[in-house]
Amino acid sequence: MTSYALQTRNLVKKFGGFIATNDVTLNVEAGARHALIGPNGAGKTTLINLLTGFLEPTSGEVILNGDTVTHLAQHQRVKRGLARTFQINRLFADLTVLESVTMAVNERIGIGARFWRPVGAYAEAVDEAASLLSTLRLLDLAHEKTRNLAYGKQRLIEIALALAMKPGVLLLDEPAAGVPTSESRELFETIAALPRDVTILLIEHDMDLVFRFADCISVLVSGALLTGGTPDEIANNPKVKEVYLGEAISV
Amino acid sequence: MTVIFDGIASGMLLFLISVGLSVTLGLMNFVNLAHGAFAMLGGYVCVTLLNRAGVPFLATLPIAALATALVGVALERTLYRRLYAASHLDQVLFSIGLVFMSIAGAHYFFGAQQQPMVLPEFLQGQINLPGLDIGVYRLFLVVLSLAIAYGLNRLVRGTRFGAQLRASVDNPRAARGVGINVERIFTLTFALGTALAGLGGALGVEMLGLDPSFPVKYIVYFLIVVAVGGSGNIMGSLVASLILGVVDVAGKYYVPQIGAFVIYAVMVVMLIFRPQGLFGRRAAR
Amino acid sequence: MQAALTLDLAPIARADRWRPAELAFWLIPVAAYFIFPDNLVLLTQIAITALFCLSLDLILGYAGIVSLGHAAFFGLGAYAAGLLAAHGYGDPLLGLVAAALVTAVLGYVTSFLVLRGADLTRLMVTLGVAMMLYEIANKLTHITGGVDGLQGMEVLPVLGQFEFDLYGKTAYWYAIAVLFALFCVARKLVHSPFGLSLKGVRLNVGRMPAIGAPVNARLSAVYTIGAAYAGIAGALLAQTTQFVALDVLAFNRSAELLLILVLGGSGSLYGALLGTIVFMSAHHMLSDLNPQYWQFWLGALLVVIVLFARDGVMGGLRGGQRRLGAALGRTKQ
Repeated sequence: MTSYALQTRNLVKKFGGFIATNDVTLNVEAGARHALIGPNGAGKTTLINLLTGFLEPTSGEVILNGDTVTHLAQHQRVKRGLARTFQINRLFADLTVLESVTMAVNERIGIGARFWRPVGAYAEAVDEAASLLSTLRLLDLAHEKTRNLAYGKQRLIEIALALAMKPGVLLLDEPAAGVPTSESRELFETIAALPRDVTILLIEHDMDLVFRFADCISVLVSGALLTGGTPDEIANNPKVKEVYLGEAISV
Repeated sequence: MTVIFDGIASGMLLFLISVGLSVTLGLMNFVNLAHGAFAMLGGYVCVTLLNRAGVPFLATLPIAALATALVGVALERTLYRRLYAASHLDQVLFSIGLVFMSIAGAHYFFGAQQQPMVLPEFLQGQINLPGLDIGVYRLFLVVLSLAIAYGLNRLVRGTRFGAQLRASVDNPRAARGVGINVERIFTLTFALGTALAGLGGALGVEMLGLDPSFPVKYIVYFLIVVAVGGSGNIMGSLVASLILGVVDVAGKYYVPQIGAFVIYAVMVVMLIFRPQGLFGRRAAR
Repeated sequence: MQAALTLDLAPIARADRWRPAELAFWLIPVAAYFIFPDNLVLLTQIAITALFCLSLDLILGYAGIVSLGHAAFFGLGAYAAGLLAAHGYGDPLLGLVAAALVTAVLGYVTSFLVLRGADLTRLMVTLGVAMMLYEIANKLTHITGGVDGLQGMEVLPVLGQFEFDLYGKTAYWYAIAVLFALFCVARKLVHSPFGLSLKGVRLNVGRMPAIGAPVNARLSAVYTIGAAYAGIAGALLAQTTQFVALDVLAFNRSAELLLILVLGGSGSLYGALLGTIVFMSAHHMLSDLNPQYWQFWLGALLVVIVLFARDGVMGGLRGGQRRLGAALGRTKQ
């Protein structure tokens, strides 16, 4: 029996009369490299927002590791191992890289509200942040302010903040968005090197990257799941071709 | 009954003064704590013309409105405009700065005392009906304000300018997209709003009093009208003003030991349960 | 752990060290005592306002909550300590603790109202709460004295030792000691993981839930602490003047405090202190000439700063502040 890390059941989100997410039932296997693709405006980011708890669904359920989390707040889902990155950087411009990641580690290990001893006194958190930076080859930038980093490096900080949560499930919302091709390769090497016990749900536009990286692909069109399957099945699916061809023509 | 009528009259004054603030907030999302300063200006223009130049009361009213509007437009063009995109904190600080300057200016030119105001004879006295004593001036206020509210409503609902204004309040970005000159709309609206504030200030000298602390003393009331009525909502402002006026006057009359407390409590409760106002269509950002 | 070996952790590990310039700063109150022995009342007022400003800095500068009614806590604290002292419980420290507790409770409860809304709602809720308290204090004349102020306070000697004297020496050192102690606590707070997370909230509130931080709980906590600080400042004023005037709750006090903080530089503890010193001294010197001039130029300064000098004069000030801050080794933000 397959175990699922993340599932949705009949998930619906309406904004007024507009149906952004239409009856989506998605199953992400534990340890999968699952990609979510679809044309612009298909509702991919809305779906991510529903998964993480930024939005509440109109109806339906979100299930994390077998538990219903539909009504849990974002930070509570994070505590249960669901981390995400953002399509547009959401970083702490005036903090150093090390401070940012340390802050994230603090929250995970539950010392984020300690108010007496200084940050530096909690060596376990600082050390863990440093070793995470080392893994991502960011150590030499540890004391730089985030705002001073190159964009590609900032995308890595996005990922570092999520990894500091030690997530069981990691949602990557277009991690390579805006990154020049030369740097996106490095970015994806980093992502590909993540331990296999982390389940990854990836949203990405670049089909090359998706087909190289994913072992399972779901296609979202107009808020609803069109189909899902292995990369081969998706590549040869006439309906998918039609959708993407249609988009290509309309562009 | 008399109390209620007084409340309605004072509510009407509040409406005249606050409606401009409401639209400013709704249209440009601008927190203008200096709105009361415009009303004060109108009041001083009226009193000065009346007492020092001997201009008839009714003639002072349009002059007060016009003068205030001119100052309003001048400030909008030169100063306010630069802060539309600024943070609310900046807007608050800026408008508090204006308030301080206006208070100091009023002190300098007119002194700290309440300004005397003698109404023309035909506005004095009372109409005595069975169970209802109506001050002639109160009646004048109500009738004039109703006329203005009606006119405003016609302006907003029935004219091209009104349509553009509503579109701009609803969605400034989209309005700009379809070619509406939102900046011009705003200048005009600001002029109208300050004119009404000036008029309200002039009309209010007799009821609200006029001294340099006016902008601070009443700013809370204006904000309450906006909070309860919903920002950018003219009819909401009217209803909220009337409720506020009646509750305030009745409260001070019947339960003076509680005083204005009820009003503030109502505002806070309102903000908690209906942050977009009683009639608001969208949350004040 | 190899990572830690190759990385110099000193910048983060030593961030909370006291710099020499900081120590030098705290010599100012000592020096002021000897240089201006005749102005101790004013100096005490400055110390109290500095504490009040510090409290607003915690919630505005560190948590980003714009408040137009911070005087609510100041006034409540003043009345709490004042009423205690007027009813036979005149021990100053007891008064401070009571004021802190009462205001913390009010702060905690109202924090939920404040946090529900966005900026504008926050402005009006904080304002509304302060106005409500003002009206209560105004109307409950048999308890508060209303507009006449609360009289008949009998404040006992500090620690049973130091009696409040006519020259205000005890009052001065008492206020300075409380300010310094609470400053040290605030400094601890700012450098702690809690303080770091507050900076996170202010810099990017949208990201915080995604790293597992309960944003509202943190803001609620700092709002409560800020309220308690303001309450203690109010209590200090009541005790050192042995009187509580109704205007402790007035809107003007909240608005003026906001100005002091912004002029001094919000988000830096020393900014709050320096802002208060400069503002109060200027106020003292200029309003002797004419109170209205003072208000006018203050307003004008504010308008000019917000409008034209967010980067100019303020930038210059900030540059100066930065240099000063670097010298003082205060936390940026």
